[in-house]
Amino acid sequence: MSAPAKIALNGVMKAFDRNEVLRGVDLSVDKGSSLVVIGGSGTGKSVLLKCILGIVTPDAGEILIDGAALNNREDFLSHFGMLFQGGALFDSLPVWHNVAFRLRQGKAKLGKADAQELAIEKLRRVGLKPEVAFQFPAELSGGMQKRVGLARAIASEPSVIFFDEPTTGLDPIMAGVINELIREIVVDLGATAITITHDMSSVRAIADHVAMLHAGKVRWHGPVADIDTSGDAYVDQFINGRADGPIESVR
Amino acid sequence: MLALNYIFEALASIGRSTLALFASVGRLVIFAASALSHMLRAPFYPRELAAQLLKIGYFSLPVVGLTTLFTGGALALQIYAGGARFNAESVVPSIVAIGMVRELGPVLAGLMVAGRVGASIAAEIGTMKVTEQIDALTTLSTNPMKYLVVPRLLAATIAMPLLVLIGNIIGIFGGFLVGTLRLDFNAAAYINNTVDFMEAGDVTSGLIKAAVFGFIVALMGTYSGFHSGRGAQGVGQATTNAVVSASILILASNYLLTELLFSA
Repeated sequence: MSAPAKIALNGVMKAFDRNEVLRGVDLSVDKGSSLVVIGGSGTGKSVLLKCILGIVTPDAGEILIDGAALNNREDFLSHFGMLFQGGALFDSLPVWHNVAFRLRQGKAKLGKADAQELAIEKLRRVGLKPEVAFQFPAELSGGMQKRVGLARAIASEPSVIFFDEPTTGLDPIMAGVINELIREIVVDLGATAITITHDMSSVRAIADHVAMLHAGKVRWHGPVADIDTSGDAYVDQFINGRADGPIESVR
Repeated sequence: MLALNYIFEALASIGRSTLALFASVGRLVIFAASALSHMLRAPFYPRELAAQLLKIGYFSLPVVGLTTLFTGGALALQIYAGGARFNAESVVPSIVAIGMVRELGPVLAGLMVAGRVGASIAAEIGTMKVTEQIDALTTLSTNPMKYLVVPRLLAATIAMPLLVLIGNIIGIFGGFLVGTLRLDFNAAAYINNTVDFMEAGDVTSGLIKAAVFGFIVALMGTYSGFHSGRGAQGVGQATTNAVVSASILILASNYLLTELLFSA
């Protein structure tokens, strides 16, 4: 019998008032695998991640972690890291405290010196110099903030990592650097990763599997190597960035 | 038929507004109850509490001090002018003191802190919500209610009575300055009159009011921030809501507390 998927969603539905964002999403990610979810703006990609995290409660369906319903969210989150689209760094804290934030909580929390040392090591891992640790997020460029967000996401060496639009707003070179870092980190940590993005270069750099979300459902799901020959008109239009096709574009 | 339609539309509009009001009150009560329950359960964040005490209490001292200083002075002038109509100018020190500690000190400090701190809390937490920092806290195994709301509620509830106590002293001193320099009161007689007619209950009632007002300011600030809409407009609206709702609640609860504490 094969091992259950690390994360599985069965018939997940979510509506906000009359806006049905998710209309029965079925999706699974194997342990140690990297899934990239693509889809147009407003197709519910971020809501999907927030449903898995428990920040948003689904109206219907089930979310299974290692084959079982999530009963202890705190336990799940303790092995979890996330890179937010805008970084979501805490403005009032220096970079080192942002990176080591989780490790400064709880009974086994790190002392200040150890936390700074760990933060500097994680910052080095994402290509930032030690002096950045003592700056505040507002003093950093967008690309540096993304890297700090990445360092925070991996600080506790999580087994599950989510990346929300990791390259949005970055120049192509910085986007390439972030993509490479994500791939390296996922491979090194052996983590299960879900990334949501519009950026096809990210898809090709990060993904083992790709799922396309459209109209609140998974339109296509398969290995990244098959995406160019998916035979699905929606996927084809999206990955080639064409205005004409079955996906409506509002002008 | 047309008239009936208008009546139904008017009734429906009133119904919708009433339902929305009850829903808002319900959300606020649930939020407050949740915050209170988190106050009693670990983990606690003493560093955050200390930082908020400094921010809410210490940094509000200048604005509260200046407000009460000028109010104390104006109060002395008004009571002197009013008292002169029936030869009761000598009541100035005692009425200034009682007026400050029972009513003006806590209410004015509450309103000033609502403007300074309530707005700041709502803007800070609203921005954190809009920039996903609150979601980030959750993913970092930190409960936002415990980390953001509880320290602010506790700090405001503790700091306000201290602020009001200092504000009362400054306000009475403002009255003393005007009384002795402008109205020719004898300094020693002014102080004696102030002390002799004041009771412990006058002071404690004002401090109880101050603690309640502090709680209200922080509650409305955190609640408005947590329920902020998107973008700059949403945060701006949350800030306005925090100040307006806290100010109204302070004035309303001031009346209720006065009834409770002073009605014989």
